[in-house]
Amino acid sequence: MNLENLQHKLILAARAHPPEDSVPYAFEQRIMARLTEYRADRWLTWSRLLWRAVAPCLGIMALVSVLSLTFESSLGDSEVLANDLDNTVLAAVANPGDAW
Amino acid sequence: MEKTDAELVAAVRQGDLAGFETLVARYQPRVFATARRYARRESEVEDIVQEAFIKAYQKLDSFRGEAPFEHWLMRLTVRTCYDALRAHQRNREFSYTDLSPAESDWLERFSADPEAASENAAAARELVQRVLEELPPAARLIINLLEIEERSVKEIALLTGWSVPLVKVRAFRARAMMRKCLAKMLKEKNL
Repeated sequence: MNLENLQHKLILAARAHPPEDSVPYAFEQRIMARLTEYRADRWLTWSRLLWRAVAPCLGIMALVSVLSLTFESSLGDSEVLANDLDNTVLAAVANPGDAW
Repeated sequence: MEKTDAELVAAVRQGDLAGFETLVARYQPRVFATARRYARRESEVEDIVQEAFIKAYQKLDSFRGEAPFEHWLMRLTVRTCYDALRAHQRNREFSYTDLSPAESDWLERFSADPEAASENAAAARELVQRVLEELPPAARLIINLLEIEERSVKEIALLTGWSVPLVKVRAFRARAMMRKCLAKMLKEKNL
């Protein structure tokens, strides 16, 4: 049997009867309900992530507070270092006669 | 006066969900007709249509408005149908000895005299559906778009996201696969 002829005939049969475009009653409402759920889900996920982030953020805050209190006493040293750095960087401007 | 697609899309982007409902109501018949080419059961068709519209909503920001909204939506629908075909790919081999009496009768008539077998017969439509269901997803998609819907290779490339040479190669392979399925069917029916 001629396979190409059979294939052509079957394709013509499919072309002759395109599928229906009927829509079930109130189908758009079903889609809108799913979309509303999706939007709610998205906010829910976001709020859950934020709540989960609360504990680590509090932990980091506590750690930083403890560290700043612990090293508060050595703040004087850092001020001296800052002054030394200023003097070195601005030495050429402060004493132009010494510059080569 | 009815709002245009561009106005509705702009409204949806600003958070007006009702605008999207109007777009769904406007285009759902076309999306249903496309989905029915790739799924037989009505529940599967509804799932595909729902998936296509949800994807459209999620990806609305990627719609640049260079082509009509309908074209963009149909591209999304065809890709959703292809994904559904791949997800429901069956590995079982269909036996053509299970053909209905009307289908067997149509084949026998065609075998005796090809002109006597009408392409308007319901049996011919059932047969082509059976053969298409046997094909792998890409082959089924391409036969539908190229042979049944009579779209051009360029259009198919746009719809599927495949390159033009890939569409041509897949079309060649799909036709060969379809003929192989038909040969198997005739062999099993001793025709």
